[in-house]
Amino acid sequence: MKAFTVHKGLVAGIDRANVDTDMIIPKQFLKSIKRSGFGPNLFDELRYLDEGKPGQDCSDRPLNKDFILNQPRYKGASVLLTRDNFGCGSSREHAPWAMEDYGFRAVIGPSFADIFFNNCFKIGLLPVVLKGSIVDRLFSEVEENEGYELTVDLPRQVVVTPSGEEFLFDVDEFGKGCLLEGLDEIGLTLNDLDTIRAYEAAREKDTPWLFGAIK
Amino acid sequence: MAGKTLYDKLWDAHLVKQRGDGSALIYIDRHILHEVTSPQAFEGLRIAGRKPWRLDMNVATPDHNISTDSVERAAGVDGIPDETSRIQVKTLDDNCEYFGIREFGMNEMGQGIVHVMGPELGASLPGMTVVCGDSHTATHGAFACLAHGIGTSEVEHVLATQCLVTKKMKNMLIVVDGVLGNGVTPKDVVLAIIGEIGTAGGTGCAIEFAGQVFRDMSIEGRMTVCNMAIEAGARVGMVAVDDQTIEYFEGRKFAPTGEVWDQAVAYWETLQSDTDAVFDTVVALKGEDILPQVTWGTSPEMVLPVTGVIPRSEDETDPAKKQGIEQALRYMGLKGGTPITEIPVDRVFIGSCTNSRIEDMRAAAKVAKGRKVSGSVKQVLVVPGSQMVKAQAEAEGLDKIFIEAGMDWREPGCSMCLAMNADKLGSGEHCASTSNRNFEGRQGNGGRTHLVSPAMAAAAAIAGHIIDVRTFDETYVGESA
Ligand code: SF4
Repeated sequence: MKAFTVHKGLVAGIDRANVDTDMIIPKQFLKSIKRSGFGPNLFDELRYLDEGKPGQDCSDRPLNKDFILNQPRYKGASVLLTRDNFGCGSSREHAPWAMEDYGFRAVIGPSFADIFFNNCFKIGLLPVVLKGSIVDRLFSEVEENEGYELTVDLPRQVVVTPSGEEFLFDVDEFGKGCLLEGLDEIGLTLNDLDTIRAYEAAREKDTPWLFGAIK
Repeated sequence: MAGKTLYDKLWDAHLVKQRGDGSALIYIDRHILHEVTSPQAFEGLRIAGRKPWRLDMNVATPDHNISTDSVERAAGVDGIPDETSRIQVKTLDDNCEYFGIREFGMNEMGQGIVHVMGPELGASLPGMTVVCGDSHTATHGAFACLAHGIGTSEVEHVLATQCLVTKKMKNMLIVVDGVLGNGVTPKDVVLAIIGEIGTAGGTGCAIEFAGQVFRDMSIEGRMTVCNMAIEAGARVGMVAVDDQTIEYFEGRKFAPTGEVWDQAVAYWETLQSDTDAVFDTVVALKGEDILPQVTWGTSPEMVLPVTGVIPRSEDETDPAKKQGIEQALRYMGLKGGTPITEIPVDRVFIGSCTNSRIEDMRAAAKVAKGRKVSGSVKQVLVVPGSQMVKAQAEAEGLDKIFIEAGMDWREPGCSMCLAMNADKLGSGEHCASTSNRNFEGRQGNGGRTHLVSPAMAAAAAIAGHIIDVRTFDETYVGESA
């Protein structure tokens, strides 16, 4: 997964609470055999006027012009601003997969659903919890200033506004470590590469029939 | 200090690193892949730019989604009617080719249900850690493997690191001493165990099956028992190595030969629990007490001897259990107080990773021989577990026996075990099935599954209802394990 250190990007806001994972990526897309490629179907029902089908080319589907991500000024947004309880509902990891595939690197809100929050860390998407009052202010600043960008600084655990104002946020040490180094569980295990190799070499000596048999 | 259990020995032999937080890295010797739980794992590897750690430890085959119909099957992957299924199978082929993983393709000799093909190819061998993105991986414990199912992200983890992050389980011993009566099979033994300890009885445990009954049981029979450890709540089930185990693997495709074989055998012979090993839980059953078993409800623990009577909810005092019985009887369309042998049968399924090996085919054929399927039965599917089982059965003429009896002889795959392909029950239909799960809708929406042994399934097909295979016909002498 991609490492996350400091990210500066265009902000788009979805001004509603309880955005559930079915909204983020509707169930018909879970039939996919892929973990990538969900980006075009992110927020499918909000984003398009027709009903989305798996495997369909989305480029000429009728767009819901009112939906925030379809507005030209938010094109290329990589920081999502949201309201309470974002990511509630089913545990599908496809939801953060879709956000990441679309191009989001961080999502800022007053609260997140547990499983979604955890899933984000596994794939390199940073969820940031800020106070409701701060989120309110950010929403109006985004609204008032076209091209509004925020800097999310993970090492220092701060969100920096264009005027240089900083808001501190919490993140657990383990998750932070994984993100900073871009380590998923596989990455972590591979930190023990030498231990695994040493074990393997001894095993090959003791049980040679377990090596090279399947070709 | 107390001795070690078989599980302790296997754990210690594969422990790469014990971490401070209680989790551990264990080394995986064999990884078996199929089309349903692997695509996102391969995709994950591609995105991260990773390669499988070792190619010689993976083996793949399609089984869950493929058609068992010989005409559709002859058309190859393109002949799979359902598009999503077809794509999944193609994807497995493509991924195996791209990453260089050994795959036994849909119509290739060697293909089969993952838990049937692994042992028969010697791809899984005693003393290995074996994982697969499938909960019935415990099957491979029948020959002292530490084997269990894993999730898709773990599939990716194993591909990439050769290790699994896991925690040590508790030790549970299930002893069945004595001998089994005629007509009582390994399937009946495991169903009786589940009836005794319940579907959560083995939760958090690695179960070792021991005692005279297992010593007398064939390796294939032990696979049937270990296969259903997960239905008793345990991710791992196993049996110690004995002479039979070693004989079973001699000459298998991927088994060692010559000097290395001798070296392997010397190691395998150590794969038993020490006599002074301590288990966290011990359960004992008597072989003589076990009769042919039939599930009447919607959980494998809702099981009774064929001589039994379906429970009445009125007789149950525990309110939760009472509700469970009522709900199951409603779904199954059965009345409490009815003898098990009065359960009608609309379809019969002989197959699945529990009971689709050559011994299962033989047991079913023995009952079917010279008889005809009852007119009230719509369909009897006999689905061998692998290409090798199919070839062997045909060499013995078993296919003809089934066909003459009015049964369908199919191509190998999971088939009606989980109804991902066209092999399904209709709503309300009762099925005598040799598979492992009788959950609501498992074999098709509204379908009603009765888990039984292959001989009992064949007998039900002939009789048109559940019947005690031991009294089925005077001339029938049952297999004793
Ligand atoms: S036969 Fe059934 S239980 Fe076994 S692997 Fe296939 S679907 Fe799973």
